[in-house]
Amino acid sequence: MSLNHSNHSANSSAENSQGSHHDSTALPAKTSITFKLNNRETTLEVAPWTTLLDALREQLNLTGTKKGCDHGQCGACTVIVDGVRINSCLTLAIMRDEAEITTIEGIEALSEGDGLHALQTAFIECDAFQCGYCTPGQICSAVGLMNEGRARTKDEIRELMSGNICRCGAYPNIVAAIEQAMNASGNNVNQSEGSDGR
Amino acid sequence: MNNFSYTRANDVGNAVAEIAADNHAKFIAGGTNIIDLMKENVERPTRLVDISRLPLNEITESDGGGLRLGALCTNADTAYHAQVEKRYPLLSSAILAGASPQLRNMATDGGNLLQRTRCYYFYDTATPCNKREPGTGCSAINGFNRIHAILGTSEACIATHPSDMCVALAALEAVVHVTGKNGERAIPFADFHRLPGDTPHLDNNLHADEIITALDLPAQGFAQNYTYLKLRDRASYAFALVSVAVALDMDGDTIKEARLALGGVAHKPWRDTEAEAMLSGKSATKENFQKAAEAIIRDAKGFGHNTFKIELAKRAVVRALKQAAEGTPQPTEIKKVL
Repeated sequence: MSLNHSNHSANSSAENSQGSHHDSTALPAKTSITFKLNNRETTLEVAPWTTLLDALREQLNLTGTKKGCDHGQCGACTVIVDGVRINSCLTLAIMRDEAEITTIEGIEALSEGDGLHALQTAFIECDAFQCGYCTPGQICSAVGLMNEGRARTKDEIRELMSGNICRCGAYPNIVAAIEQAMNASGNNVNQSEGSDGR
Repeated sequence: MNNFSYTRANDVGNAVAEIAADNHAKFIAGGTNIIDLMKENVERPTRLVDISRLPLNEITESDGGGLRLGALCTNADTAYHAQVEKRYPLLSSAILAGASPQLRNMATDGGNLLQRTRCYYFYDTATPCNKREPGTGCSAINGFNRIHAILGTSEACIATHPSDMCVALAALEAVVHVTGKNGERAIPFADFHRLPGDTPHLDNNLHADEIITALDLPAQGFAQNYTYLKLRDRASYAFALVSVAVALDMDGDTIKEARLALGGVAHKPWRDTEAEAMLSGKSATKENFQKAAEAIIRDAKGFGHNTFKIELAKRAVVRALKQAAEGTPQPTEIKKVL
């Protein structure tokens, strides 16, 4: 689908509804959007106010992505859109027409080999969770962190994972898991600690 | 979230025409603040105009030797841009002190200027708030006001501007470029945001039909002697109680020019040119830093829970001036104050 065609379709659906948008009983029409979701072309009808998180969970049954706070404060809804990690609760699905989206369900396919992604394996081996509710967001966020290539020390891993809250407090093992995956990928974590470990 | 219609703008002219034609319409770009406010029913637009695909996402050299940041550059792309890191490390440092990596990947530079206060009462539609509903009163003045302003407040509002990025932009004297129905204009950063006065519902001087297109950074980036020191309740991912952006032009041990801006203490990034002038031509000593710090908080007023911010701001200014003068800026990932 070309960008122009998409613009046209989004505009025309909004225009259809605009004529009656002061009439509180008439809701704006749903719009058809298409994105590449976990490597598969996906088309769905969304209302303008549907967040990407709700579209994934309620319409596409991809419930691995969690709704924690729904306000961008906990990171449980983290997904990867066009190569970068974002909070899916704070973006509208309609704005992500034509995007490339990876959720926890598609992380495995990002790895070169067969089976689990290196971060998934590392989370298991390092026991990087207790209840597991934040884990999909933690792993998607860590994939983003590794793509960004900015973390070189444990302090930097901690700072750059600060958008993901773990109420069980599994942070030390989460940092260890990310460190293990980074070392395995050849981006060795500098072992010298900063002046303050936290 | 209320129901609304959605339009995607094709160019800047189209975006301005859409917003000018409907006073219940709002722009959406990164969405990180407006979607949150819509979920809380603080913002209730009947229409969103999506500007996120407008071609305003480049960082280019500007006339006069500075850098021009397109309004739709993300905070992350800006903070990690090689030229910003090299020439304006104060800006990189301030951006990276705010929000989380996920939010910085979404939030835009223009949107950062337009984010609303995080005052609890502004967010709570069950309580009076002059910023949200003019004339209803301020719940914070006699309420829980630990996070609130100590400088430039009014009887109508003691909210703070929450941005870190804007504190650095104030110190760097950035210029905000906007386009509206009547064409383009450039707004010096100091004139962009407003003090609350008796119109706290107005955060800034942008007209209703205007869109921010770019931020210009002047050539002087203060890359040798700077710091962004942010003090907060939680070591990461929390708004500032007090933050300080310092940019110094040094000649040996002598300060030729000083820029000093505070965050978390006022309705806008707080600059005090009198306090800055007290430092020019002076040597970088603790005594001189303390005089400037006393000057910048001379009109500060506490409201009970936030009175501690006056002393905190004073000490933060002294520490930040020391960091900048010694060329040892506070690293974001190190939680001990240097």
